[in-house]
Amino acid sequence: MEMPPLVAMVGNPNAGKSALFNALTGARQKVGNYPGVTVERHSGRLALDDGRPVELVDLPGAYSLDPASPDERVTRNVVTGAQAGERLPDALVVVVDASNLDNHLRFALQLIALGLPVVVALNMVDLAERDGLVLDPAVLEAELGVAVIPTVAVRRRGIEQLRAQLTALVGATSGAMRALRPSDGSIDDDIVTLQRRARAIAAAATISETPVRRWNHTLDAVALHPLVGPVLLVALLFIMFQAVFSWSEAPIGWIEDGFTAIDGAVKAAMPDGFLRSLLTDGVIAGVGAVVVFLPQILILFLFILVLEASGYMVRAAFLMDRLMSQVGLSGRAFIPLLSSFACAVPGIMATRTVEDEKDRLTTILIAPLMTCSARLPVYTIIIGAFIPARQVLPFVGLQGLVLLGLYLMGIVGAFVAALLLRRTVTKGESSGFMMEMPKYQMPRLRDIAIGLWSRAWIFLKRAGTTIALTTVILWALLSFPQAPAGRSQAEYSVAGRIATGLEVIVRPIGFNHDIALALIPAMAAREVAVAAIGTVYAIDHTDDAAGEQSLVERLRGRWSLPTALAFLMWFVFAPQCISTIAVTRRETNGWRWPAFMVGYLFATAYVMAGITYWAAVFAGL
Amino acid sequence: MPATDIIPSMNLETLPRHRRATVDTIDWSQLATPEARRLRELGFDQGVAVEVLHRARLGGGPIACRIGRMTVALRRAVAATISVSVDPLPAE
Repeated sequence: MEMPPLVAMVGNPNAGKSALFNALTGARQKVGNYPGVTVERHSGRLALDDGRPVELVDLPGAYSLDPASPDERVTRNVVTGAQAGERLPDALVVVVDASNLDNHLRFALQLIALGLPVVVALNMVDLAERDGLVLDPAVLEAELGVAVIPTVAVRRRGIEQLRAQLTALVGATSGAMRALRPSDGSIDDDIVTLQRRARAIAAAATISETPVRRWNHTLDAVALHPLVGPVLLVALLFIMFQAVFSWSEAPIGWIEDGFTAIDGAVKAAMPDGFLRSLLTDGVIAGVGAVVVFLPQILILFLFILVLEASGYMVRAAFLMDRLMSQVGLSGRAFIPLLSSFACAVPGIMATRTVEDEKDRLTTILIAPLMTCSARLPVYTIIIGAFIPARQVLPFVGLQGLVLLGLYLMGIVGAFVAALLLRRTVTKGESSGFMMEMPKYQMPRLRDIAIGLWSRAWIFLKRAGTTIALTTVILWALLSFPQAPAGRSQAEYSVAGRIATGLEVIVRPIGFNHDIALALIPAMAAREVAVAAIGTVYAIDHTDDAAGEQSLVERLRGRWSLPTALAFLMWFVFAPQCISTIAVTRRETNGWRWPAFMVGYLFATAYVMAGITYWAAVFAGL
Repeated sequence: MPATDIIPSMNLETLPRHRRATVDTIDWSQLATPEARRLRELGFDQGVAVEVLHRARLGGGPIACRIGRMTVALRRAVAATISVSVDPLPAE
């Protein structure tokens, strides 16, 4: 069966490519991966005017054909036919921002020179007009030698004409591709020459122009003000985290109730036995413990996506750059690190936009130190059990302070780690920070919804596969072999014996056998630690009192305060998350860096937990 | 004497806010290749209009400037390599 023709959308970042892609493909799009690299592939179906279907691909934004990051490399490879697993496109839609022709035309000229059939979409003409810029598309057509269609993607203006032009282009020409000029250093001259030509063309196509309107500038005067700017940023972050906690309470309750109902239904429908135990204590408990985080992750991502879509994120990165440059990172790392507060998996994937390799690697290695939402149930239960609910200041309770302290510990740890890594393992020149600051825009609800949906899906897929599988394996390790009457299952099973071995190592830092046992399934996902501790006690006690209330009582009875504190500190650092290790392997193309990450994080967790334990013991706690 | 006063040549780091200027030369030797290339791609070239818009912190921190019709953020070390000639102020 013949594959439909391939049309690729290319252009500078911030040209509105994705909005145009959405307008052309509607809801018929899907996200995959290019083989061998971790760049996402967005594709969709488009029906041409004569009924022929084409496959439309939205390529990552790039500034030129000379790639600076993995994203840009994919774009370059696809349009030159060098990308593994992708055909040479039959036509290109080059998207340029009408307000920034000076710059965008340069890349357009490079793309046109490739010799493929091209149609240029002169996008966001409405914003240009509002800014006092009037252009003549006919002049652009004459200068570039290809069709130029003015479009306003968000209002679907120009879509029919674009489709009509594609209908004429696709399959019509048999043109041989002109050889791509080799990039052997002479690319620099090319860029300057192209840039000047681009500027000349832009000037020729400009009918009238008023100085750039000032309202963006006014917003930036506030957002980037030396005093107001940071205050605004901190306020936004505070609101964000506050919302994550308060808005997620209700949905978390619903999900918990849902899983309890499923658990009850299974128990009622099946006879007691191994299969039932596998389902209820294994899969449902394990997967449930993870899925319950979906609300928090979605809320945090909602804020991040809205801030990114509005253009504010770049300003936040700008404000953070000074601090980050002092530990050898770029302000660009702010966005992946902020995402890691929801979950390090998408946070690490977001480092793809960081250009410098060493910078990107350092960011990946410290991302797990950002207090992800999975740590919260562990923190909540331990703090609830061991820290008295005392008021320290008006509105400030001791429990809240300890939680805040744990968050800060993670952040400080990350900065210290970055500093040390940059001097040793990922040594390199301090990476720069050079970013285009796009105009502020109203975030589009539909694009946010699409972004949230794809993240929710990734998260649920992870829960459904990796975590479900790991939980089942660990349930099996814990349930077999069956202990004879009188012996503790927690010690007799395979997992129990592993834990006994581990106990020898972790006893010096105050951990007992129960903890060693819980840490094993917690490797699947941190939140499983709570379920695991509960399971440990449940499996040995036939009275079905495994609810959190009695879990707290059991903890208080069996753990000392120094042990609890050491356990908290352990969780700040320990890489208890197979998914993070897996995504690090994918993003760094090998086992070396994930192994290093696991090593240094466990070592730090051990040392820090040990210090906490002995300090607490000496303090007489 | 009016407009033939010597117009001081500065670089983007020392250029006062909101003074219109034009890019003169760029000291490429001070920049790493990826930085240099990105600078060109963002449109920094001789003869292009430039203006400093915001500075993050008094001393330290990046600078936001307008180059052509685009707003770009740069670190000071990079800005220091871009020498500019200040446009003469409009006559009274």
